[in-house]
Amino acid sequence: MSSPSPALDPATLRVFLVDDHAMFRSGVTSELAGHVAVVGEADDVQPAITAIAESVPDVVLLDVHLPGGGGQAVVAAVKADFPEVRFLALSASDAPEDVIAVIRAGARGYVTKTISGPDLLDAVQRVAAGDAVFSPRLAGFVLDAFAAAPTATNERPSFDPELDQLTTREREVLRLIARGYTYKEIAKELFISVKTVESHVSSVLRKLQLSTRHQLTRWATERRLT
Amino acid sequence: MAGLSTKTGVDVTALRVGLVVITLLSSGLAAAAYVVAWLLLPFAGDSANIASRAVADRRGIGIVALIASMLGVLLVVASVLDAGWLNAVAWPIIISVCGMVLIWRNADPEEQAALHRVAGPVFAPTAPGAKERFWLRVLITVVLLATGLYTLLHFTVLHGHHQADLLPPLGGLLLILAGTVVAFGPWWLRVARDLAAERQARIRAEERADMAARVHDSVLQTLALIQRRATEPQQVVQLARSQERELRAWLFDDQAPGTIKGKGVTLAAGIRKIQQDVESQHRIAVDAVTVGDCDLDEDLEATLAAAREATVNAAKWSGSDTVSLFAEVEPESVSIFVRDRGRGFDPEAVSADRRGLAESVRARMARRGGLATIRSTPGEGTEVTLTMPRSSAADQMPRRT
Repeated sequence: MSSPSPALDPATLRVFLVDDHAMFRSGVTSELAGHVAVVGEADDVQPAITAIAESVPDVVLLDVHLPGGGGQAVVAAVKADFPEVRFLALSASDAPEDVIAVIRAGARGYVTKTISGPDLLDAVQRVAAGDAVFSPRLAGFVLDAFAAAPTATNERPSFDPELDQLTTREREVLRLIARGYTYKEIAKELFISVKTVESHVSSVLRKLQLSTRHQLTRWATERRLT
Repeated sequence: MAGLSTKTGVDVTALRVGLVVITLLSSGLAAAAYVVAWLLLPFAGDSANIASRAVADRRGIGIVALIASMLGVLLVVASVLDAGWLNAVAWPIIISVCGMVLIWRNADPEEQAALHRVAGPVFAPTAPGAKERFWLRVLITVVLLATGLYTLLHFTVLHGHHQADLLPPLGGLLLILAGTVVAFGPWWLRVARDLAAERQARIRAEERADMAARVHDSVLQTLALIQRRATEPQQVVQLARSQERELRAWLFDDQAPGTIKGKGVTLAAGIRKIQQDVESQHRIAVDAVTVGDCDLDEDLEATLAAAREATVNAAKWSGSDTVSLFAEVEPESVSIFVRDRGRGFDPEAVSADRRGLAESVRARMARRGGLATIRSTPGEGTEVTLTMPRSSAADQMPRRT
């Protein structure tokens, strides 16, 4: 655990790292050095929950896979006491069920570990600002998760069509993200403003987290079985 | 025929079948019209028609006049003998025969050869020793036809329509049929063989194009890579070795390079394979995302091969360090997007010898009924979009939701 460098100004983002690979932690720390303050590191679920409660960072970079369980346990535990702490999920694995689980637990975005230093910094800053950060892969997962047409007959009574389906525009935005477009390029492509793109992405994130959709909740377990 | 088909956009075979039907209905008039059109219309890329050459052919005209007059005499004889049915088809026959004679004498050497090849077995045997067989055939035909006609006419015309007499006319008909088969059998065989040969040639041409695309994707790509990495012997050896393995697999185990196939291999697995291969060969990150999945058929294998080529192209030429590869399976179609944020190019200005995009991507998709569009802006990057309609929506895997 390290304390913020005195050379940085107080407005600097405070970032906490949770990952079981020390190599990866040191790599990220050096990449972000000078731009954000890495206020702490942890390598598993329990230590992470304790340490985050002590340092209360702005953003937690959270590995989806941890030895003591999925990253969503950390999100759930911290969110209860510190709702202002924001999470950005990171993973090297492709398991969509885990990623979706962490997002549904409350993470504001997901990027792959292959992301470049500047892109990671940008993602951290956007999550800190309250935006959602969708990597191409997450966009693909979400399109997949929302793909099946809802079968109204086996939906629960609380079935909310507004939450359970993506709009055509939201789909378009997700597709373009999956194709590797930045928000700016999406805005240009669809003749809308960057702000509108951001609001579409946030809306998708909200649906992802709030939907009680039967299919969506079952999605993860079923994927694991097949 | 083919010319008419390209003008009207109707399938050649359909037109041909249509012509035969019309010919039968109009008791031969349509065939006559076809022959006249053959005379009058110049061939594609040809300025003069056959008729203009035929006008100068005095001997040809003489022969035509002779044949026409002989047919006319035959017609008179026929009407005297009360065979009125001949009159209905007489004129089309006269026009067709005269036209064919003129065409025969004045057509291009190339076309004459084709005509000769088609008509040859009926009229003039070419192979040594075939002369005797030809005359034997003619003899058998004449005997069969004469006996058949005699039986048929004799029993139907002279004996009226008695139930008991049904058998002999039937026998006569059979004899006539047999005579026709003996006369035209070899010719029919030849025509059928020609058709088969033509189809084979077309298939071979397509296979060749496919092979050229594959050689480009594998061997030529590797050679280009080796030239670029010439300063790194380790890399060169590795590249050469993997290329050797691939070629051996292609030549001896019939596994074409670049193909992703096999039972149980799905589109998503294919995309992953492209990602791994390109990342390991080209030191570039491939950001691969798939939505939905389905089993592969030949169309989708071709689509994957095109996607691989587009990805390799981006890795080689864009100068970007990441390529985005996105595939989406929808009920009616599969789309794959390959995008880089590299230097881009002007799609119009690509030289013809760069086969990559033209042959390996566009033509490959087109051969399978798919579509490839390339959007590139110099300085901003390139995106290749591949869309393949799905042949059967039934094999889609259930979406896991």
